[in-house]
Amino acid sequence: MPMGPVEYIPPAIERYVLLGYDPYRYYQGTEPPPWTPLNKPLSESRLGVIATAGTYVKGQAAFFYKDDHSYRAIPKSTSVEDLRFSHVTEHYLGSARQDPNSAFPIDPLRRLESDGVVAEVAEDLFSCMGGVYSQRKIRDELAPALAAEFTRQEVDAVLLVPM
Amino acid sequence: MGTAYDILETCKPPRAVFLDYPLGNTSGRPFAPDEQYAITRTAVEALAGINKPGTILPLNYVWSDDETWKAEAAVADTGDKRQPRDLTPRYQFEEDRIAAERLSA
Repeated sequence: MPMGPVEYIPPAIERYVLLGYDPYRYYQGTEPPPWTPLNKPLSESRLGVIATAGTYVKGQAAFFYKDDHSYRAIPKSTSVEDLRFSHVTEHYLGSARQDPNSAFPIDPLRRLESDGVVAEVAEDLFSCMGGVYSQRKIRDELAPALAAEFTRQEVDAVLLVPM
Repeated sequence: MGTAYDILETCKPPRAVFLDYPLGNTSGRPFAPDEQYAITRTAVEALAGINKPGTILPLNYVWSDDETWKAEAAVADTGDKRQPRDLTPRYQFEEDRIAAERLSA
């Protein structure tokens, strides 16, 4: 019989203890999800993107591993050959470092645009690094900064691509 | 989109598609452009197609008939050889560090 989905939260908490770190506290949503209906057809919509595998472009600063809550703007025209990854859980980067599209689907997104599935993908895609301890930094600094970027881009919807 | 079902359930995004692949393959396996496109397209179309808040739509892909990877991923003390948690940028390649430092100089 096939196994169900892997549970990641309990072993991650246990792993942090084994490594001598403070327990990792996953965010737990206590309220129903926020809901905004898409108010126009996808084919007329501009799509924003935020991916969390620590993508950077050659020439940009890589991410560091102590609660880096910065983000990078990745131009939509970036060549896949120039995409790189740095993330505190490096052992999950094997596929992305072979083929960036496994964790940062820039080619599929460009194809969605050329196929007319969406009107366009915003000129810059954004990336940050997951695995940050501080919920406060994410809630009070990173999330509002990204929200401001998406507002400036006038996107109609945002695709979140976590690692 | 996401490959960690329990994290999707806990974080409660408004809408999600779940791909039962190892972490790090959120948009499909490497060098499989048609699969990556299909997965990403389904996720984007779910922005319009999912109408019930909190829905997690499972995608019908199997990473491997051999599910050893699931047993390994569920173990706490393996596979974690992370570098020190400090403020040093961790470049994938040394040439990236040189390029970034040249551009910021």
